[in-house]
Amino acid sequence: MTALRRPILPTALLLLAALWALLAALPAAADPSFPKLTGRVTDAAGVLPADVSAQLEARLKALEDKTGTQLVVATVPDLQGFEIEDYGYQLGRAWGIGQKGKNTGAILLVAPAQRKLRIEVGYGLEGVLTDAVSSRIIRQVIVPHFKQGDMAGGIVAGADQLITLLGLPADQQAQFAAQSQARADQGDDRPGPGAIFWLLFILFWMFVATRRGRRGYRRGPTIIWGPGIGGNWSGGGGSSGWGGGGFGGGGGFSGGGGSFGGGGASGSW
Amino acid sequence: MATGHRPAVLAALAGTALLLSGCGVNSIPAKEEAVKAKWADVENQYQRRADLIPNLVSTVKGYAAQEKEVLEGVTKARASATQVTVDPSKLSDPAQLAQFEQAQGALSQSLGRLLVTVEKYPELKSNEQFMELQSQLEGTENRIAVARRDYNLAVQDYNTEIRTFPSLITARVVYGAQPIAPFKATSVNADKAPQVNF
Repeated sequence: MTALRRPILPTALLLLAALWALLAALPAAADPSFPKLTGRVTDAAGVLPADVSAQLEARLKALEDKTGTQLVVATVPDLQGFEIEDYGYQLGRAWGIGQKGKNTGAILLVAPAQRKLRIEVGYGLEGVLTDAVSSRIIRQVIVPHFKQGDMAGGIVAGADQLITLLGLPADQQAQFAAQSQARADQGDDRPGPGAIFWLLFILFWMFVATRRGRRGYRRGPTIIWGPGIGGNWSGGGGSSGWGGGGFGGGGGFSGGGGSFGGGGASGSW
Repeated sequence: MATGHRPAVLAALAGTALLLSGCGVNSIPAKEEAVKAKWADVENQYQRRADLIPNLVSTVKGYAAQEKEVLEGVTKARASATQVTVDPSKLSDPAQLAQFEQAQGALSQSLGRLLVTVEKYPELKSNEQFMELQSQLEGTENRIAVARRDYNLAVQDYNTEIRTFPSLITARVVYGAQPIAPFKATSVNADKAPQVNF
């Protein structure tokens, strides 16, 4: 008996492992790879002088200390053939910019090689930094600098405009983005009604089983397989954030686990 | 007699609970709910696009009233697209999704035509209000693309769960779960937003 069974377990484990590896590899193949998040100013394309970058970093930190909003300025050397819209939200998710649950993060993304830029807006800021507002900042503040070849100037001017807007009190922000509507908050995972339901369920059947004796508890659990449970089971679902990836370096800055859904605007020059 | 059985019963129940949590009784409905939530997101974003259209049409009318045919085409396509809704509890029915796709695809096409027409009107193109509407439309198309992709990922996750061991058994026996259809690109560039240039 045991001699027969022994080879099965390792084979099964191996198969499982292979399946797992396959599943893990599938989405990775279609995703771009991102530069490492080295700080609030991640200048992977190397267009910002060190002193400018340091000053900007300080202002971005002040914004986060004041409002909790994580704004990141990122330049990338290459979009790897992706549209900047496609690249941007995945970058935001991979870095996890913004507070987890609130998703109050934004990225000013510049790809000098492709002459494209984008303001990528996290779910929680879509009401403030609407597409129209983002587009206006790109067109009126940043692109004029870029057209004259002043990369650093455009990035700083754009970031400053964003810092000012995101640092405003809520009522003035609302004025700024009058036509926009805030997105409903996505619910957090909680061990909600599911766990309580199970506990009560188990207690109930324990009670019944001990009363009825052996026959009772044998029949009891079979009812678990009834179709009704699916309907009762409403906990869990919903948001399963991508969590923060790629940390470290710089001033110990890391994303808070915020998520992005494609809000914002793009431009080119 | 009852007291003698108690530890055995307890162990059996704890064991059952552990076993069940490993074979998809929990994760199948959770993943199904995730799919539904992502679907709601997709519908929201399409609705958001539909909400933008009346404003867009009236702005374009101000400059290009003679483009009646194109404008009416958009209005009509919007009206029929908003009528097609999908029952989230019947997501496993591919016909339903196809119908939704077709209606929204028709709207995308007529919007694309409108934006091409606009190219002929430079004053309209440089109108600030129009540019903002354009950026909103662009942003919404982008959100739609993201929502669709997230939906497809959730569907993939769910379908994998109900078709792999051990949750496969639970899916068949307990839930009678059916695979859910993901979005497909129906024609060339059907998943691409109409090109909007500033």
